[in-house]
Amino acid sequence: MTKQYKTWKEIAPAGVCSKSSIEFLTGDWKTYTPVRDPEKCTRCLLCALFCPDGAIHWHPDKADIEFDYSFCKGCGICANQCPTTAITMKLEQE
Amino acid sequence: MQNILKQETMALAGDQAVAYAVKQSDVDVVAAYPITPQTIIVEKFSEYVADGEVETEFVCVESEHSAMAASISASVTGARAFTATASAGLALMHEMLFVASGCRAPVVMAIANRALSAPLNIHGDHSDSMAQRDSGWIQLYAENAQEAYDSIIQAFRIAENLDVLLPVMVGLDGFTLSHTLENVETLPDEAVKKFVGVRKFSNVLTHEGKTAPFRLDPANPMTMGPIALQNYYFEFKRQQEEAMTNALAVIQQVNDQYAKISGRSYGNGLIEAYRLEDAEVAAICLGSTAGTIKTVVDDLRQEGVKAGLLRLRTFRPLPVEAIRSALTNVKAVAVMDKCMSFGGNGGPVFHEVRHLLYDVPSRPYVLNYIYGLGGRDTSPVELRSIYENLQHILQTGHVEKPIQYLGLRG
Repeated sequence: MTKQYKTWKEIAPAGVCSKSSIEFLTGDWKTYTPVRDPEKCTRCLLCALFCPDGAIHWHPDKADIEFDYSFCKGCGICANQCPTTAITMKLEQE
Repeated sequence: MQNILKQETMALAGDQAVAYAVKQSDVDVVAAYPITPQTIIVEKFSEYVADGEVETEFVCVESEHSAMAASISASVTGARAFTATASAGLALMHEMLFVASGCRAPVVMAIANRALSAPLNIHGDHSDSMAQRDSGWIQLYAENAQEAYDSIIQAFRIAENLDVLLPVMVGLDGFTLSHTLENVETLPDEAVKKFVGVRKFSNVLTHEGKTAPFRLDPANPMTMGPIALQNYYFEFKRQQEEAMTNALAVIQQVNDQYAKISGRSYGNGLIEAYRLEDAEVAAICLGSTAGTIKTVVDDLRQEGVKAGLLRLRTFRPLPVEAIRSALTNVKAVAVMDKCMSFGGNGGPVFHEVRHLLYDVPSRPYVLNYIYGLGGRDTSPVELRSIYENLQHILQTGHVEKPIQYLGLRG
């Protein structure tokens, strides 16, 4: 993934953000990615509660959770909290 | 020069002169904490506030760290903000100084230059502001109370210039200037108000996609100084360097424009060359010492010695070209540091002057004299010995000790 960053002449001073945090996809910081085993998952939502980035969403229509990888930084807290060890952290290339 | 305004002569100590300049400069917020020898600035200004002579919001803060935090906060909303400190107070601000320059907050601050502990010392040297050399602030040093007054007024214009937008500190030597009464010519209130003008703002693109003035305003929300990591931090620092470069021209313009209403200018605003045109030996210094050196230079000139002085009024941004061209004919230079860079092979001004002369085709001899630490008096006799040493070097072509201590026992 190649991004076009602006030069120092093109950006506003003092780090003034030209877009909101929704548009800054912090998910590209991660090294490890949470992968869930739906068989082991009990949908207890502890992972969603503990996620510091609010990157695990509950979908009532599907009665299931979904990871928002655009904002998941790969911290692994979800995997650590999961009572049924349904979540494992994997390197992206794995 | 026909537009020079009629001025009132007032008997003011340096600190009082600073407070008076701030009073006239239409400042919105002053947040400060008292520390010797800056105290009179804050004391005097709080009297103006209490007596209803200014409309300034005076914030009594609990520390210098808070003083700077409050000044930055006021400044980024678009207000004109001023604070003052010295020594340990400036050291306590250290972290916030970088926030001020990084947020491009044009705060103006007076520094009544004072030594740092330990051992405890309340008197004047440049250890405090030199330790903040790399904080991204413009640094001006005044020679006398008159220049302290004039420089504070100019500092608002320099800081708030849209090509600059950097905070400015104006140094005045502790006690030597801060507490010494001088005749100070003061401009009429209206003239100063007109000279400093009203803050202007450049436009920036906000996260809402709006183009809005660069200031914190609930009507146009924006974020200043948020996280910028490997991908952008470097770019913001490069912008600050560009602003410093722009400041070289702006400081000169403001010095010229101020001369038109006051009749006073300080060299070209960056450096003041005193009897340097044909000088062979010269000293370089900052601040009040220049006054004493000028009398020494006059004496030496009467004796036929081609002596001169270069007073560095602006230390940040360093006026590289101005110094090089002023020293073109000088054969031996003594750089004076009222500060130590322990283990650094000389003081900070010496480092920079010697460094900028490296690329000059015919480099002069460059010596360092460290002097006056903790407010130790420096006499004309001692200063004269510097020029005698420079002449001796020119005769022998040999520098025995490139770094010397002036007025130190043993």
